[in-house]
Amino acid sequence: MTKTYPKASRPSLDNVSVSIEKGEFVFFIGPSGSGKSTIIKMLLHEVAPNKGRVVVNGKDVTSMRSWKRPHFRRSIGCVFQDFRLLPNRTAYENVAFALEVIGKTKAVARRVVPEVLELVGLGGKEHRYPHELSGGEQQRVAVARAFVNRPLILLADEPTGNLDPDTSIEIMRLLDRINRTGTTVVMVTHDSNIVNQMRRRVVEIESGRIVRDQARGVYG
Amino acid sequence: MRVKYVLSEVLVGLWRNVTMSIAMIITMAVSLTMLGASGLMYRQVDDMKDLYYKNIQVSIFLKTDVTDEQREQVNSKLEVDPLVSDVIYVDKAEAYKRFQEMFQDAPDLISAVKEDSLPPSFRIKLKNPEQYKNIYDQYKNTEGVDEIVDQSKLLDKIFNILTAIQNIALAAAIVMAIAALLLVANTIQVAAYSKRREVAVMKLVGASNWFIQAPFVLEAVVAGLIGSLLGLVALIAAKYLLFDGSLKALEGLLSPISWGDILFIFPLMAGVGGLISAATAWITLRFYLRV
Repeated sequence: MTKTYPKASRPSLDNVSVSIEKGEFVFFIGPSGSGKSTIIKMLLHEVAPNKGRVVVNGKDVTSMRSWKRPHFRRSIGCVFQDFRLLPNRTAYENVAFALEVIGKTKAVARRVVPEVLELVGLGGKEHRYPHELSGGEQQRVAVARAFVNRPLILLADEPTGNLDPDTSIEIMRLLDRINRTGTTVVMVTHDSNIVNQMRRRVVEIESGRIVRDQARGVYG
Repeated sequence: MRVKYVLSEVLVGLWRNVTMSIAMIITMAVSLTMLGASGLMYRQVDDMKDLYYKNIQVSIFLKTDVTDEQREQVNSKLEVDPLVSDVIYVDKAEAYKRFQEMFQDAPDLISAVKEDSLPPSFRIKLKNPEQYKNIYDQYKNTEGVDEIVDQSKLLDKIFNILTAIQNIALAAAIVMAIAALLLVANTIQVAAYSKRREVAVMKLVGASNWFIQAPFVLEAVVAGLIGSLLGLVALIAAKYLLFDGSLKALEGLLSPISWGDILFIFPLMAGVGGLISAATAWITLRFYLRV
């Protein structure tokens, strides 16, 4: 597929074709501006390619109507570098909010949220506010929020970008555990350390082209 | 749970930006009061037209030296005229009698006028009072006709004034409505900005569009409804203070505005207030949230 942003001199993604199997763990690496984030945005149906198709979970979402997008998003969990937590809500409330706004009852939230917070290792810290948690812990809340709805795919856009190396490794362990439940994990990163340690499939992008696609790859 | 969530968001939203909410509600109230007043006036003018025009006559005064033949000609023409529903002939004696009755408090005036000097006339009722012009054109050059006087001319002046007031109220309503709509759009933008984090998360996790928009749209609707309630209060106050108060003397002239009329106009005000603010909020959100 190809994506050219308006006013851009060259395409952000140039004739890129990549296929990710269910249950895979894939790193997208490459310098800033290489087009990694555009892939994430396409998977989220935030931007559409100019040429080519985006198929998620067997469905062609390229020409999906925007009113179908909310329902489509429920099958994808998202984690970002900047956590994107609601500062005026506790860890529990942040996760429960994600459930409640898609129509789950409070009773469901009461059953599911403590479970998933336990899973990400935040048992006992449910009622802390984001500012009372460390960066790593905040990212765990974000992972819990992304995973609470049991999505098919977890998209992580530089999830360790704001964390120190030790905390990053803990987050990666968590993502690995989530991957083992059968969830496909797609992660965009700059972090060579992590890529080298994990030894998973690596897709390297440069100037909008795939320059390497390697199973059990390393960084650079 | 979701209904409760949406409603509490609406109240929080209105309260978060309370000065703006008040400004929005006040402009809305003034606009809707004008709209309501203009609506009431419309009914009022209609009622009054019915009342007055039913009794209105056109008088065709004949020359005092009219011949019997000329008179008979006018009479027969009037009797077959499809515009005319009723014709009464008032001869000189009858005219004098009416004159005496009308000015019975002024005997000097009566004694100054000789019976012979009053012109005979046809008093005609029109099927449609607004067709006066046709009658005028038809008969003004007929032999023996001196003058044609339409009582509705005078009423037209009154009604023109009332219609002008009505139009001014409507124009004021529209101008205020534009101000109110801009305030709604602004308030919704501020509300959406202050909730941008929540909205971003909701979009991310796949909350449906209506669920994201409902609190904002309802916030505008609630403001519109409060505005229309205030407008209702203003109209009631106007009836109480103006029509039942200082304008009481004109009661015979103006047909009264009933409480029923005011209650009848309220759903219109509430509907317009609610719908227009909902539409404005929705359009604003489409541009602002891109949901």
